[in-house]
Amino acid sequence: MMASSYNIKEEDGHHSGSSGPGGNAVRTKKPDNTAFKQQRLPAWQPIITAGTVLPAFFIIGLIFIPIGIGLYVTSNNIKEFEIDYTGIDISSPCFNCSQSYSWNTTTSCTCSIPFSLDQPFESNVFMYYGLSNFYQNHRRYVKSRDDSQLNGNLDSLKAPSKECEPYRINENMPIAPCGAIANSMFNDTLDLFYIDPNGTRTPIPLMKTGIAWWTDKHVKFRNPGGSSSNLTAVFYGTTKPLSWPKPVYELDTDPENNGFVNEDLIVWMRTAALPTFRKLYRIIQKKNSLTPTLPRGNYTLDIVYNYPVRSFDGRKRMILSTISWMGGKNPFLGIAYISVGSVCFFLGVVLLFIHHKYGNRNNSSDIPN
Amino acid sequence: FFPWLVCRWRGGDCWCRTVVSNLPYEDQRPRNQPNRRYAGNAVKTNKYTLWSFLPINLCEQFRRLANIYFVGIAALNFIPEVNAFQPQVALIPICVILTLTAIKDAWEDFRRYQSDRELNGTPCLVYSRSQHGFVERRWKDIQVGDFVQVLANDIIPADILLLHASDPNGVCHMETANLDGETNLKQRRVKSPFDPLSFNATVICEKPNNNLNHFKGFLEKDQIKIGFGIESLLLRGCTVRNTAAASGIVVYAGHDTKSMLNNNRPRYKRSRVESKMNKEVLCCVFLLFCMCLIGAVGHVIWLKTFSSVPIYFIPDSDGNETPSVVAGVYRFLTMIILLQVIIPISLYLSIELVKMGQVFFITQDIDLYDKEKDMRMQCRALNITEDLGQIQYVFSDKTGTLTENKMVFRRCTIMGTEYPHTENGESGKWVGQLWSHQDTTVGRDNILPALPMDRHRHRDSTAGIPSLAFSSPLEREVIPDQNLLWSVKEVERRGVAGHWGLQGATHLEFFLALAICNTVVVSTETAQRQRVRVRGPHNSSRSRGLLPECMEGLFAQFPCLRQLSSCLKSVSCRRHSLSEDPVQSTLYDIPTSSSSVVSEDEVQASSLAGPKEVHYEAQSPDEAALVHAAKAYGFTLLERTPSHVSVRLPSGTTLTYEVLDVLTFDSVRSRMSIIVRHPHTKEIILYTKGADSGIMERLRVIANKTQKHLDMYANDGLRTLCFTRKVVSEKNYYDWLVLRQGAMAAIDRKDELVRKTAADMETNLTLLGATGIEDRLQENVPETIQALREAGIQVCVLTGDKLETAVNIAYSCKLLDQQDLVFTFNTENTFSPALRREVCKNMLSGTLAQLPLYDTQEAKVSVGLVIDGRTLGLLLDSDLQEGFVQLCTHCRAILCCRTTPLQKSRVVTLLRSKLGVMTLAIGDGANDVNMIQAADVGVGISGQEGMQAVMASDFAISRFKHLKKLLLVHGHWCYNRLANMIIYFFYKNVAYVNLLFWYQFFCGFSGTAMIDYWFMIFFNLFFTSAPPIMFGIMDREVSAAVLLQLPELYRRGQHEGGYRRSTFWIAIADAFYQSLVCFFVPYWTYKGSDIDIFTLGTPMNTASLFTIIFHLAIEIKSWTVVHWVIMVGSVVVYFVVTLAFCAMCVSCNPPSDPYWTMQEQMSDPMFYLVCILTTVVALLPRYTLHALRGTLVPSDHLRARQIDNMPPHHRDLWLQEWKKLKDLCASYPSLSSSTAQRYSTAQSPSLTLVQDPSPALAQSPSLTPVQDPSPSLVQSLNPKLAPNQGLNSAAL
Repeated sequence: MMASSYNIKEEDGHHSGSSGPGGNAVRTKKPDNTAFKQQRLPAWQPIITAGTVLPAFFIIGLIFIPIGIGLYVTSNNIKEFEIDYTGIDISSPCFNCSQSYSWNTTTSCTCSIPFSLDQPFESNVFMYYGLSNFYQNHRRYVKSRDDSQLNGNLDSLKAPSKECEPYRINENMPIAPCGAIANSMFNDTLDLFYIDPNGTRTPIPLMKTGIAWWTDKHVKFRNPGGSSSNLTAVFYGTTKPLSWPKPVYELDTDPENNGFVNEDLIVWMRTAALPTFRKLYRIIQKKNSLTPTLPRGNYTLDIVYNYPVRSFDGRKRMILSTISWMGGKNPFLGIAYISVGSVCFFLGVVLLFIHHKYGNRNNSSDIPN
Repeated sequence: FFPWLVCRWRGGDCWCRTVVSNLPYEDQRPRNQPNRRYAGNAVKTNKYTLWSFLPINLCEQFRRLANIYFVGIAALNFIPEVNAFQPQVALIPICVILTLTAIKDAWEDFRRYQSDRELNGTPCLVYSRSQHGFVERRWKDIQVGDFVQVLANDIIPADILLLHASDPNGVCHMETANLDGETNLKQRRVKSPFDPLSFNATVICEKPNNNLNHFKGFLEKDQIKIGFGIESLLLRGCTVRNTAAASGIVVYAGHDTKSMLNNNRPRYKRSRVESKMNKEVLCCVFLLFCMCLIGAVGHVIWLKTFSSVPIYFIPDSDGNETPSVVAGVYRFLTMIILLQVIIPISLYLSIELVKMGQVFFITQDIDLYDKEKDMRMQCRALNITEDLGQIQYVFSDKTGTLTENKMVFRRCTIMGTEYPHTENGESGKWVGQLWSHQDTTVGRDNILPALPMDRHRHRDSTAGIPSLAFSSPLEREVIPDQNLLWSVKEVERRGVAGHWGLQGATHLEFFLALAICNTVVVSTETAQRQRVRVRGPHNSSRSRGLLPECMEGLFAQFPCLRQLSSCLKSVSCRRHSLSEDPVQSTLYDIPTSSSSVVSEDEVQASSLAGPKEVHYEAQSPDEAALVHAAKAYGFTLLERTPSHVSVRLPSGTTLTYEVLDVLTFDSVRSRMSIIVRHPHTKEIILYTKGADSGIMERLRVIANKTQKHLDMYANDGLRTLCFTRKVVSEKNYYDWLVLRQGAMAAIDRKDELVRKTAADMETNLTLLGATGIEDRLQENVPETIQALREAGIQVCVLTGDKLETAVNIAYSCKLLDQQDLVFTFNTENTFSPALRREVCKNMLSGTLAQLPLYDTQEAKVSVGLVIDGRTLGLLLDSDLQEGFVQLCTHCRAILCCRTTPLQKSRVVTLLRSKLGVMTLAIGDGANDVNMIQAADVGVGISGQEGMQAVMASDFAISRFKHLKKLLLVHGHWCYNRLANMIIYFFYKNVAYVNLLFWYQFFCGFSGTAMIDYWFMIFFNLFFTSAPPIMFGIMDREVSAAVLLQLPELYRRGQHEGGYRRSTFWIAIADAFYQSLVCFFVPYWTYKGSDIDIFTLGTPMNTASLFTIIFHLAIEIKSWTVVHWVIMVGSVVVYFVVTLAFCAMCVSCNPPSDPYWTMQEQMSDPMFYLVCILTTVVALLPRYTLHALRGTLVPSDHLRARQIDNMPPHHRDLWLQEWKKLKDLCASYPSLSSSTAQRYSTAQSPSLTLVQDPSPALAQSPSLTPVQDPSPSLVQSLNPKLAPNQGLNSAAL
């Protein structure tokens, strides 16, 4: 401090001021008279009073209400059909399966549920499976995965991340894909049949691909050693997740949809945010513009019942839905927009009243002359 | 043999330090050096070395609780059962904070190291035995016991006992500006001459201490002790001036030197807002605890709902499930990690940044810049800027703070005759005017021919040398009183020099006393403070070059000075011949010529290029004024050395007195004396000057007339000094001298002994006369006090002056008003202490009993309180304290006179602690230091009396009027800004973190975050950190111009209007609401869909960002370019960073990567719709409430902002009318405030803008009983005149 006080004096030209009256170049300590330093920058000073905020309220109201109406109509136009096939109820065809089945069962149990659509589904139909009370967002569950293994990293394939414990190594062989998420993958098989009025069952073609995010399929998930190689060889030395019936390289026959890039796996690995969720299972594409994708009539849902949900009081659903620009059916946003818009409009009216009643009292900024 | 051994052998802590010369031991090994135990001269102010930096710095940082909290949280993350985030990532915040702080510390330390190195490497001259002379060494090589020589204009390297000076009189001058900022030269004196080689004495002095003005010790040589004091010590860091060379022995080196011991780091004060904020932080801790508890309990309940183990439960490695209660405990810890941000640790860092910005703007204010001194406002304490906005009591010193401390000799009384000096008064005003308009009024010199012609030169010289002590024209120009001048002339003409007749002698003696009885040093103008930059052979860039060509005094050997002295001689001869000649014109001859002694011969002298004028260096402005006054009457002090003093008489003869002793001034005696021997009569004469209280009781004859005059002076607000003379017989003197010398050599109780001997001498004095010196008010003091008043600040003036003087000044600076009711507590004339106590008690209870009467009257009477020092002492005693404090709360103005520094600080402390108010103390001198340190905010005025007050202060300004802008504008701004910023910060953290909390209800309270941790870090680090900081530095609710015009606006800060507990809770409630909206609108939108965790988090995060940013936008009161850039920039940065991170990170952040989520969301129109809706719904209540409040219950500030938004012309008009109305109410007591209100509405409806009647309105004194403010009446209430009226002493 002492030392620095010398410096301060010297730097500030404290003594140089006295070195002669001729020293005009002497630096003074006079602060710069700039708008910034003197805090005089030109400023916009909004004053929030009833009078000044009125327009904002009306504008918000006027914009929100039409948006809300648009959203509501769009949402209403979306067709959605949902069927619960858990088999809790004794009358349900899947009751037996749900009672007997557990993770250890090896034989599969099948059941089929008939249903009918009152209205035809015109555009592409998205087929979802829905699970309830399944906490895919549990903290430890969410972390129980190895992204670099799924990304095709060979090192991670042989030595998965510690996060995967205890689903990391089984019988001294690394599990591929490791972790609790993969281990608990949804493995029911759902098939849809159209029942003609004459009683024949027509299987409805279900697209297995295009259900995952493009970036997930092509960037985030990759098979080790590239897409072309022999998956059986690549995955040699690893073992399947404990509760899977077959290894990862036998998920599908299509090499583009097998191994880590199997879209069912990819969809499952994108952990749901909320305990009641749906995941895209298949897509039913519109054949041509003349016939609806799913005409009105009777259908059967055939289920290979592999996935037990009784342990957590879960429910399993199958959902058929068309889709709009705003995604699936959800009237909330439309209603919300309409009500917020109305509230704003109402507040605008109230404020207008207040402004007229009280506003002039202090709106006296205009001084006479 | 070794004195220090003896010293140690005496046992225990020895009080002294013993130093012997190093020279005999020059070649010996270090361990044989006698002074090896003392610190060397190398200084090391850096805390760290390269190696120790990391451990020591970390240690220091972990002393902060916040950092420990951070580390604790990070450590928790390493427990797998508990962690919420990846452990490594959780370390990032603490690492960032630690690193930033470490870098800052390292840089500061490096700067210190560099300056230390430079300083340690500075060359200096040390005596070497082998080379028989002074050789060049570096500062760090100096040891205690070395002989060091310092050349002129060099900085003194250590504390050196002066043993030799080049000056034949053994005087060395030193400038202490580096140390205390005082610019006058200080004299140092050689006590015993020496030769380095034969120096065999032992120096015994006190242990190192930090008292710059005190030092004692003695030289012991062959059983003879020679005492010395501070007057022989050269202090490290000072500069030798006007002396070719000085040498001495080093007694303290390096860190033991007084300057280093005085080197305190800036004080750390905790501001009120901050301590309040800490309680709010505790509230947050409580909140966090509750939320974590909810999480833990919720998790346990959630676990209980499962009858069996679901597939998504992950067992331990050994396959077991954790028991639910244990899991609950774990979740509690997890939640702490997850929600840690609710405790705004970064708030502390942000506050520091904000305050740095605020300080920057305060110091940059051009209105607080003093052109005369080239000084900016200085903020010495960096962290209490916002306290300036909450001041409730201002305690002010008078002299130098309210007044200029530029003394003008105004009147004098000699032998009972009063000389009013009427012309002088006028000229003083004129000079003051000229001084303030010096740039514009060049031509005005011609208007008054009587004014000395060398004014131009004054101006030039003072402009060139900015801080000459006490030499403004105000002090220098004295126009003598015609009558007095004539009588002086008469006396002198009649008497031969030295043999004056008795009746006239007093006049001459009076002026001689004026000229001699002081410590003013004479120097010539050119020799004064020369700092020529000549690069000497040994000089580094630091040292300031060699000698100036002319050194000091009129007797130096240099040719130019010889010319000068010869020139002076010729002048005095001429003067002599002139004054012999009894022409009438001489009446006027002397003043003009004497006011500039040699200027008459300027033409002649200037051809010789020699110095022209004697120049006085005084240590106090009074002394300077007196010497200049004496000079105006022809008694010119020509020279002062320790041994003699020369005065030229009006006749031209020069009298050279031998100085026998100087009894220096101290505040206990309140007088000083000089003992001289008359050159002709050889009489020993004692001249004493001092305050009348210190003189009157020591007079031989009571002087009633003079006392009356003194009272009159005091009533006029003049400072009074009495002058006495006494002839001492030789015997008495020598008897006394023995005692004196004994006292001087004493070590124990030296001060006391010295004071006693001085008092012994100062008895039986003969009064010569007295002087009245005016101390002019600084410009704009009344306006400033008025404005502070209107701002609701109570102003108390604490002064050491006489009661009458102080009261007078108080009226002139509008501290007291003519219509005020003034209570005076004065027990000065009650001699018995017991009685005084009783009187004081009665007065207090009487006044307190009366006060409610006045309060209940319709219009309040404003009450003033005047207390003298003795009464104050009584009132501060514990039993009367309560009453005194109660009394103070009722008073509009408090004036304490004759206070000691300690009393000043006690008053401050008392009111501060008893009333819990925010206090500010302002002062300029050493006597204000206690007070400045006792107050919440200390303001120092860098004035005439050195820098001690400034060194102790938190803020340093140069004029009292700057206080107005400092408090009303900067204080107001800083307080509002900081308060808003802190509230916002709390809000922001709670609003954001609660998003995570609400999510816990949907993930089984398991501690999942739906926002990637990196985004959470970024969110606080980049996206939302800059706006609040900018808000805290730059927001401006009301412009400076309006704030200055409407001081009433300041009141909000005083009552903590910006930052109430309720404000905090409202902000928290709003945060809860907004976080609910930000969570549940996206939740309901995406409920039941196939959305994944991070994709749900993205709109929540975005909506939350918008909400938080727009919330601030509602709060921002003025939008400048900076605001726009930062607000828009924050949003842009959010999108850019998020998009980049989402695109780049495929699996870099295992186990959960937010890859492509943002892109996915941004390609979905729903995202935008959700964000817009959320933001609108979240902010709707706040916005509506703001609008309703703005219309229905507009605050004063809102109205002020409306005024602010008016076009300038209208605004000025409005403010003018408002002022007029205020004055009207104040000046017509009959006009009650209600009529004033009606009147105002009739006049101009706009005036209703300020509904809340200002105190000026409310207190407009109406129909109050006659309140005579005249001092005479006030005096009549003193117990002195009405001793039995103690009870009823309150006015009327």
